[in-house]
Amino acid sequence: MPTTEPDPIATDNAVSGEEHPVLTERLAREQPLEGLPPLVQTPSQTVGPFFGFSLPYDGGPELVPPASPGSVRLHGTVRDGAGTPVPDAIIELWQPDADGRMVQEPGSRHRARGVFTGFGRAAVDAGGHYEFTTVVPGATGDGPRWALLTLFARGLAHHLFTRAYFVAEGEAEPTDSLLSGVAEDRRGTLLARQDTATSYRFDITLQGEGETVFLDYPAAAR
Amino acid sequence: MTAEPTQDDITREIQEKQREAAERGIPSRHPSRDFAPYRSSILRHPTHELVKTDPEEIERTTPAFGHIDVDPYESDLTIQHPGEPLGERIIVEGRVVDGDGRPVRNQLIEIWQANASGRYIHKRDQHPAPLDPNFTGVGRALTGDDGSYRFVTIKPGPYPWGNHRNAWRPAHIHFSLFGNAFTERLVTQMYFPGDPLFALDPIYQSIPDQAARDRLISTYDHNLSVPEWALGYRWDIVLTGATATWMEDEHADH
Repeated sequence: MPTTEPDPIATDNAVSGEEHPVLTERLAREQPLEGLPPLVQTPSQTVGPFFGFSLPYDGGPELVPPASPGSVRLHGTVRDGAGTPVPDAIIELWQPDADGRMVQEPGSRHRARGVFTGFGRAAVDAGGHYEFTTVVPGATGDGPRWALLTLFARGLAHHLFTRAYFVAEGEAEPTDSLLSGVAEDRRGTLLARQDTATSYRFDITLQGEGETVFLDYPAAAR
Repeated sequence: MTAEPTQDDITREIQEKQREAAERGIPSRHPSRDFAPYRSSILRHPTHELVKTDPEEIERTTPAFGHIDVDPYESDLTIQHPGEPLGERIIVEGRVVDGDGRPVRNQLIEIWQANASGRYIHKRDQHPAPLDPNFTGVGRALTGDDGSYRFVTIKPGPYPWGNHRNAWRPAHIHFSLFGNAFTERLVTQMYFPGDPLFALDPIYQSIPDQAARDRLISTYDHNLSVPEWALGYRWDIVLTGATATWMEDEHADH
């Protein structure tokens, strides 16, 4: 792709205080400008070790109240390339409701209204373990039921996306275009398997043996 | 045990990594997850190629946040306690847009930072610099209809960390951003112009491309400064997607 494409804000002179004219013009309008290359993304940086007083919040891991009808636990342990639990990761969950609808409801940070918002956030404990209380996501189409997980940690310069496909006990393993494109011996890392009547387990391994399949979305990138 | 690396060791490693990236021809716009000069990355980066997939509805949508989630006062980090925090009061203002220049509207921005002495309130921060009883260092805001945001805070101090001997982070504010799709989710750090620690910092330098690194540096904007009160810094953020290394990927082994 565009190796020689002019980078519209590569020359943005952040230090001198001059705003780049292309950026300024585009920000002034609110619509994409025809024929111009897209703006260039702001790079990621690690979440670092000190997010604990900022990102976690009361009720963050509880998309539905614990022990409410239909609620399940989604949990697991995050491990590094030496198999050691990662004690300072934070995970976000984004999923449809039990009927497969992507809701657009505020209230993820203050769950007082009791509305399902589809978003949750859980910091791992000292043993690298995380836990959400949620519902099994409904299928959004003809495919299987899955949730998007996003993992942030110290040492990770850029977050990682993965999908947790829910598999009830005795249920056949799901199939879809993503799963069929993953090597068979790695496919299992994308399965959240039922481990009790109301619990699904989804461990995450950052590196090495059993390394979780992490995702990239080239079609979404600019 | 090997000896604790010095700054010279780390700087040399950074330069080698960047030379390798330059030799590959096309620098990535996101940092390398595999960047050994940042020691914590060594056991925490995936070794398999990320699996490319087309975003489905879940990934093309994003949570809705609203005024129920964020109090407008949370964007002023200097009024969260009975007294005024110590340090240099600043305004940080900018816009959040997607790759087409469309504003990211009514979305959650979260920030966190050290105080003016370079100390986080987090219990694991052992830096022997004073805590400020009047500064927590946590802010939140919703972007406006034009993607704009504004925080009032204190300029954070640089601080030491254990990566190597005499390792210091350039002063920065952590930002967490949601875009118009979950694939645009971004956590990053905003820096201040002219920091002498940039060349020495393996976190900042984990981004191979200088132009991309520059995008993390705010601009001092005198028009944003308020007389007798605070200095203004401007920082616009572009959220365009998850892909970190899509240009490198073309030649990588799967």
